[in-house]
This record gives sequence, C-alpha cells and structure tokens, in this order.
Amino acid sequence: MAATDTQPDDPQVLRTVDGVPLKTALAVASRRARIRAFFLVVPLLVFILLTFAVPIGQMLSRSFTDDKFSANMVELGKWFDANGKAAPDEAAYAALAADLKTASEEKTAGNIGTRINYELPGTRSLFTSAARKAKDLEPPFKEAILALDPQWARADLWAAMRSASAAATLNFYQAALDRQIGADGNFEAAPENVQIYVKLFIRTFVMSVVITGLCLLLGFPVAHLLAVLPLRHASLLMILVLLPFWTSLLVRTTSWMVLLQSQGVVNDLLVALGVITTDGRLEMMYNQTGTIIAMTHILLPFMILPLYSVMKTIPPSYARAARSLGATSWTTFRRIYLPQTVSGIGAGGILCFILAVGYYITPALVGGADGTLISNQIAFHMQKSLNWSLAAALAAMLLAAVLILYWAYDRLVGIDNMKLG
Amino acid sequence: MKKLLILSTALSTFAFAASAQEVVLMSWGGAYGKSQTEAYLKPFTAETGIKTTMVDADNPATPVKAMVEANNVTVDVVDIEYADAIRLCDEGLLEPLDPAILPPGDDGTPAMDDFLPGAVTDCSVATIVFSTMYAYDTTKFPNGGPKTMADFFNTEAFPGKRGMRKGAKANLEMALMADGVPAAEVYEVLATPEGVDRAFAMMDKIKADTVWWEAGAQPPQLLADGEVVMSTAYNGRIFAAAVSEGKPFESVWDGQVYEYDVLAIPKGAKNLEAATQFLAYATGTQRLADQAKYISYGPARKSSGPLVGLYEDGKTEMGPYMPTAAANLTNALASDFEFWADRDTQLNERFNSWLLN
Repeated sequence: MAATDTQPDDPQVLRTVDGVPLKTALAVASRRARIRAFFLVVPLLVFILLTFAVPIGQMLSRSFTDDKFSANMVELGKWFDANGKAAPDEAAYAALAADLKTASEEKTAGNIGTRINYELPGTRSLFTSAARKAKDLEPPFKEAILALDPQWARADLWAAMRSASAAATLNFYQAALDRQIGADGNFEAAPENVQIYVKLFIRTFVMSVVITGLCLLLGFPVAHLLAVLPLRHASLLMILVLLPFWTSLLVRTTSWMVLLQSQGVVNDLLVALGVITTDGRLEMMYNQTGTIIAMTHILLPFMILPLYSVMKTIPPSYARAARSLGATSWTTFRRIYLPQTVSGIGAGGILCFILAVGYYITPALVGGADGTLISNQIAFHMQKSLNWSLAAALAAMLLAAVLILYWAYDRLVGIDNMKLG
Repeated sequence: MKKLLILSTALSTFAFAASAQEVVLMSWGGAYGKSQTEAYLKPFTAETGIKTTMVDADNPATPVKAMVEANNVTVDVVDIEYADAIRLCDEGLLEPLDPAILPPGDDGTPAMDDFLPGAVTDCSVATIVFSTMYAYDTTKFPNGGPKTMADFFNTEAFPGKRGMRKGAKANLEMALMADGVPAAEVYEVLATPEGVDRAFAMMDKIKADTVWWEAGAQPPQLLADGEVVMSTAYNGRIFAAAVSEGKPFESVWDGQVYEYDVLAIPKGAKNLEAATQFLAYATGTQRLADQAKYISYGPARKSSGPLVGLYEDGKTEMGPYMPTAAANLTNALASDFEFWADRDTQLNERFNSWLLN
C-alpha cells in the first residue's frame, strides 16, 4: 500500500535493481507508455479540434451572440443600461443621433440595420437612410429624428433596439420557435402565415421516422437473406447492396429524378402499359413522395449492414430447436430470432434516423415545396438570407433534439447493445 | 479564436492557389456566362495578358458572405443583382469603388453621365439591364398563347404547368400586376401587409400547377422538356434558346420586372489590382455593346446603345429583344432595390412558409 512505500527498510516491499519500489517503477513505465500512445493520437486530435470542434463551436456560439448592433451603437447602449425599459426621452434620441452619426462615418449603418431587421422586418432602411442624414441632425433630437421618419417612435422598434444592445441574446432561439417581438415590445407567437420552423421540425422528425421504418421493412429481409444464403450467392447479393452504397449521392439522387419526374421513365412505362393516361401522370417528385423514395434508397445500406453483421452471428440451431419443440414459424421468429437481432435494429435505426434528420442535398433536389426539411431552411439562412445566427440557433436545436433522442435510446436500449458491424 | 477558424477553414476548404496576375469572375453560367466570356474575359486576356477564369453559381451573391467572413475569398469579381450589391455593400462585404477608374464613353461623355441613372454605386457598377418576364411554348397553344401577365395566372384559359423562380422577388410584383395593380403602384401596395396577402392570394391560384426553378438555365430546359408550358425566366435565356437553338418559345413582355446586374469586388479579393482593372475594362462602352451581341440584355451605358448591332448569327436584330426596347416597356416595372434590400428576408420567409402550407 502507499503507506508502506514510504518505509524504505520494509523488507516486504519488492524493489527494482536501483532500489525503487517495483510498484512505483511500474506506474512510471505505464505512464510513459500512455504518454507515448497519446502522442500518437495527437495529430488526429488536433485535426478534429481544428476542423470539427472549433468551427462548429464557433458557429453555435453565433446563435446566442450578435454584436452587430451593440458594438456600433455605444451611446444608445449606455442609455439603455441607465434607463432600462423607460420610454425614450430626449437623451435617448440624442444618443441615437450620436450613434447614427458615428455609423455613417464608419459605414456600419447597414450592419446595425440588418441586426434590427432580423427582429423587425422592414426596418433596415430606417437605419441606413437616417445614417445618411445623421450629420445634419440638430437638437432637439427627438423632433429631428421623428421628422426623418415617424416610425422612430414605434415601441417595438425601441424594444428591439433594447434587446439588441446586449451582444448576448436568446432572440434567435425565439425566432427559431416562430416567435417575434410584438407591438408592445414583448415576445409573442408570429402570425400563422409566417410560422415555419416548428412545423418543419415536426415534419423532419416524422419523415425521418417514416424513412427509418421503411428502411427496416425493406432491409430486414435482405439482411436475413445475406446471412443465410450460401456464400457464393450471398457475396453476389452483397455486391448489389454495396454498389449503390459506393455510388455518389448526387448520381443516385439525379437518377431518381430521371426515373420519377412526370415525363420520366416510370411514368412513361405506366402510360405505355395503359395503367394511367398521359394526363394522369403520377407526381412522384418535387414533393414528399420523392424525398421519401430517394432517401429510403440512399439510407438502405446503413440499415442492411449492421443488421447483417448481427444476423450472421445468430446460430441457426436456435431456430431449429424452437421449431422442433413445437413453435410455429411465427412464434420462432417473434420469440427467438427477432430478440437476437435487436442490437442490429437499434444500430441501423439510429444510424438511419440521425442521417435522415440532417439530410440536405436529396430533399433540396427532389423535395420541391413540401418535401423539404429543416436542414434546407438552415441552408437558406446560411446562403441566402445570411442570418447566420438564426441558422446556428436552428442547428443547435436540431443537435439538441438528436442528442436527447440518443440519450433516450441509451436509457431504453443501452448504447452498449448497439452493434455497428 | 478567429485565427483558429481561419486556419481550420483553410484546412477544410478547397483553396484556389492565387497567382499574382489572375482574375476570377463568378457569374451565373449558361448563355449569360458565355456572353461575358466572349465580351469581357477573352478580350481582357488578349489585351493585358492577365489570365481570367469563370466560376458559375446559381446566385453569385450568396457565397460572398461566407468567403469574406472565413477570410478565404477565392473570386475577384462577382456578377450580382443590384439589390444584393446594395445589401452586401452596406454590410461591408464588398470593396468600395472609386468612380474615377471608370473610363469615359467612347463618344467622350464622362463616365458618370454615360451610365444610366443609379448604375454606379458605392461598391458596384452596372453592366446590363435584365428582365424577369415569362415565355411560353407556342406548340402548346395552337389557338394563340397568353398575352398579358394576368394570363400567366389564369389556368382556366391557359391550362398547363407553370415555372417560377423559387423566391419572393419578382414573383410578388408579377402577381400584383396580374391582379390589376398598375406598375407605378406595385411597391406601394406591396409595402402593406394587405398588399402582400393580395400577392400571395394571386399566387395561390397557380400554386398547385407550379414547378419552382432556382438556376437561370432551368426555365428554358423545363420548357424544352415539356415539364411546363410557360415559365418566368431571365429574358436573355429565353432569347438564347429561341433564337440560337430555334426553340418554339415566345416571350411575353407585359408585366416584366427589370433591374440592373452589376459587377463588384468582394472584400479581401486576392487580386484587387487586376480585379479593379478588369472592372473598369469590362464596363467600357465597346465591351458592353459587344456583350449584347451574345445575349439580349441592355447595356447600362448610353454610349453603348448605338453600337449594339446584330446577334452573333449575323442576321438577328437585337433591338426588339432588349428589355429596354420601347415596345417592351408599355407595362413594365423597374425593380425597387431599396424595397428588396429591406424586405428580402422577411418576404422570402413568408414565401417559404407559404410553400409549405
């Protein structure tokens, strides 16, 4: 024990040739080995940190900070600090005028306006046009500014400026939950016709469940066949599973477009066979149907492969024993075979589901209007509206939802039971 | 932190090797990209020896912010829409532009008088006037095709699928004009919530029959494939398909929405000097007139007008195909850049939400 190490003359302690207790020498040696091993993984660790953890962390941090307003409207920030929720007085307008003047000198009016425009659409030009005229503003500032545009008296505008005067904000999460600043300055549900995100989140999860379910339904028999067929046939079947898996995602998606479009192969075939008339061509693309078909096909190997690896290890003798003891084939499947595949179903299911929840390119190409998912809306804010903070808030919520599901899965099934191959 | 992000971005993205003498232009591809290659890039390289490269994007304005913020600007000049240029300039994502670099017109008019009103801004110079209008497939309407913007929204008289750009801009204006709002009052109406509702109510009429396009090259393709019988489109793309490929497409100019397309330099462009030189060169009188030889977009310089002649086939007169031709302007709308710089996000979110419901 540790206490005995301190007594150098204790004859009970085993020692190395140099007189160091063996226990200590062993600890030093194994620590050295651990450090050496750590150095081996350092490059990978640094790589992951730099290309994965840091950029994602930075992006997510945008979801609750935005200093486009607070960094450029210093005077007004001070006024808000001192006066809180008080109605804007002459001092407030003077601060506003001073900040607008600075903004016009430093050409930051666009940034300031953009930040407020996130909260109150249509107010961006208030800032840009006021900044252009800021240097001519004379006291009393309240009248001067209201003369530029009476909209400056709006309560919701001042509420938006107050909440934007701190860099840290939860407003983007409010927006991601379809809430906005109302006329009285408090958050309220956005009008029905602009609500979009909650609906999209629900749709994303429902469609992911449907796609995962379809993958299981289609993949289970295939995986079973792969596991029980003689090797020669099984490897041929395996190639058929793996070939599409190795084919580029874009190629597979565009192939589905060729097949499914209204003038496409499937419709042409059905018309030629007389199943449908040329006016009644099925609409299988640019809607949910297209997204579900294409994504199921793309995610199928992620279900088949874990299932196969589990089924391969199930000895056929169990099922034979059950049958010889008088179980029907259904009972054998339900009581004997299925429970042994649960770890594979869990692995395949969680893999398909998590991939489906974040899928972007396939819904963008074949989803049309009603087949798009939350990822497409995130892409819209990244690429088109350039509201990266809102995109980050949406992404953070998606990430949190997936982590919660993962945690629930761990509690219900146990992550140790998952078998990826 | 920022350095780390830069480093990681540099590691994870495909970085172009920047040589000292090179100009990379990011534009819209297709027939329009070709017109720029022929009219700007080739003669520029021939005269200056500076290498030029063309990169395509569905909308070149969209990658600019990502590039500038990541400090990894891989293009030197971008060709973007006017409203986007104003917005990006206000957010400090474009290099400011000194109007003094712009050459006077070939007829000696000073540059600032030669350009059409508003064509030169703090960060950008307009090259062309383009229009979003609609075109139809004449073979689908043997008894006479649609004539007005209202016809586009009338699926009873003119049945068949429509193509529209996936976005709010131009669509809402067209919907209002189809609903009888005079061009001069469109933005006034659209600035009110009732006006927006009215525009969406009009779009509801054709929502079920509409295929949404995103890249400018798609509408002629959708028309040629028979996926749609009529589609909104950039006028030059329809011209290219109809005149040079002989497709049976007829343009309808009633209710067209026209605006400038501009050249600008993203902040932090690697070849700023060459890019500035290119910008001045490409917006010269002769270059703008030459571009009109390849695609039917109107030059933004007055002095280029008289120099516009025949299409590259040597027999088609370009004049009547220009958005700015008098006959095409009888019921036309000039896109309001300030309106869209303000409301682009809001109306697009409403549009996206409308698409979902």
